[in-house]
Amino acid sequence: MAEAEESPGDPGTASPRPLMRDLKAVGKKFMHVLYPRKSNTLLRDWDLWGPLILCVTLALMLQRDSADSEKDGGPQFAEVFVIVWFGAVTITLNSKLLGGNISFFQSLCVLGYCILPLTVAMLICRLVLLAGPGPINFMVRLFVVIVMFAWSIVASTAFLADSQPPNRRALAVYPVFLFYFVISWMILTFTPQ
Amino acid sequence: MATTAAPAGGAQNGAGPEWGGFEENIQGGGSAVIDMENMDDTSGSSFEDMGELHQRLREEEVDADAAAAEEEDGEFLGMKGFKGQLSRQVADQMWQAGKRQASRAFSLYANIDILRPYFDVEPAQVRSRLLESMIPIKMVNFPQKIAGELYGPLMLVFTLVAILLHGMKTSDTIIREGTLMGTAIGTCFGYWLGVSSFIYFLAYLCNAQITMLQMLALLGYGLFGHCIVLFITYNIHLHALFYLFWLLVGGLSTMRMVAVLVSRTVGPTQRLLLCGTLAALHMLFLLYLHFAYHKVVEGILDTLEGPNIPPIQRVPRDIPAMLPAARLPTTMLNATAKAIAVTLQSH
Repeated sequence: MAEAEESPGDPGTASPRPLMRDLKAVGKKFMHVLYPRKSNTLLRDWDLWGPLILCVTLALMLQRDSADSEKDGGPQFAEVFVIVWFGAVTITLNSKLLGGNISFFQSLCVLGYCILPLTVAMLICRLVLLAGPGPINFMVRLFVVIVMFAWSIVASTAFLADSQPPNRRALAVYPVFLFYFVISWMILTFTPQ
Repeated sequence: MATTAAPAGGAQNGAGPEWGGFEENIQGGGSAVIDMENMDDTSGSSFEDMGELHQRLREEEVDADAAAAEEEDGEFLGMKGFKGQLSRQVADQMWQAGKRQASRAFSLYANIDILRPYFDVEPAQVRSRLLESMIPIKMVNFPQKIAGELYGPLMLVFTLVAILLHGMKTSDTIIREGTLMGTAIGTCFGYWLGVSSFIYFLAYLCNAQITMLQMLALLGYGLFGHCIVLFITYNIHLHALFYLFWLLVGGLSTMRMVAVLVSRTVGPTQRLLLCGTLAALHMLFLLYLHFAYHKVVEGILDTLEGPNIPPIQRVPRDIPAMLPAARLPTTMLNATAKAIAVTLQSH
């Protein structure tokens, strides 16, 4: 556990050291998501900074360039936020009700961090879209999104599966599948004007 | 941690009672309270620990301050010192009492254990109930059993939302006031909760033996047919196919619900009223979902102004039912792929 004199609640110290420590923790968790192994890091030291950064990045990238964006039904910033956070809350409640012994915020943390592959997919899709539309363009984007979608599910299952009773894992994983499916669908159907 | 902190804060300023809540939780054992405090064993975030540590240090500081202040006040400041100390103590006591009350109220209302029995299912049970929801049972002489669970219906409603979103996106539905996601969620949950309540109300009038939970479960599982039909017909745009599925699959799941309700209602008029209403609403909802979110975009575009609408949106989504056999393969294409082909041609 951290040293007592670096308490983040202490108003006197404005030193960058707690910030660097937090950033390092967030970065370490990103690595754990990219290379999912059965480990307890995400569960033991949960934090919500990573999910917040990812959610904001995703919501910003899903904005369209044109001014009259309310006419074509593209996701608004607040919509992406609400989908991600209420989706994560619903999945957490569901897994708790099914008998899982995971804490509320641990589950939010895992689900938020496992959006990282999809955020990477969004980045790649935006870059690919710069080359102009076309069927090859669509195929590339489809392939990237499907791979990242599978990666997200595998990563979140690796962390969440142990907290469920073994015979109900499928019941807990299905809403996770739906959640990432909706996000992947938003990413895949994004077309900048 | 509790045992070392309690004696430290116990006697001086009433910090003892705040750990009483911790003991309550221990006795509750295994309850799924959404715990916003530091009472959860499984979460070990460094931030939480720092918060606890900081609070303990502050308490010890306050104790030390209080002890020092008492001595000083007694010696140098006289009455004024005592008053300050007293007001501090009172404020502290009020804070502790308020915090205790708030946490108790929160744990009472945020206790999701009320819903726990309705989620007590196994995957095999969910699978068998999904299949049974498509099989109408002939025996209507004695009340048929309805499983009172909420996991299956809730997951089916969310699946319907996802399928609806998919359908709206591939048909480029334009929602002027609101968002796609909001519309999809509102429609599906509104139907499930609203029609369940309405049919429960009618069942109450018709003296049918069904509880609200059972009605929610019955209607929820009835949405399985809707999910299948919409999933297939949002990707294959043939009106004839849709009508066939509407009658077949929609009809089967409606008949199942109707049979269950008939077995629980006495009297021909009541049975007719209840089951007629449910059948009408269920079938019409499927019709509505297909046509409302899958409409011809060209009709909308005529009323919209603006020359800067890209040509990709002018591809008709509605395919007429009668088609020569030679053009049949093209109609099986997904609308998105077709739109891309059009864009390619225009470039």
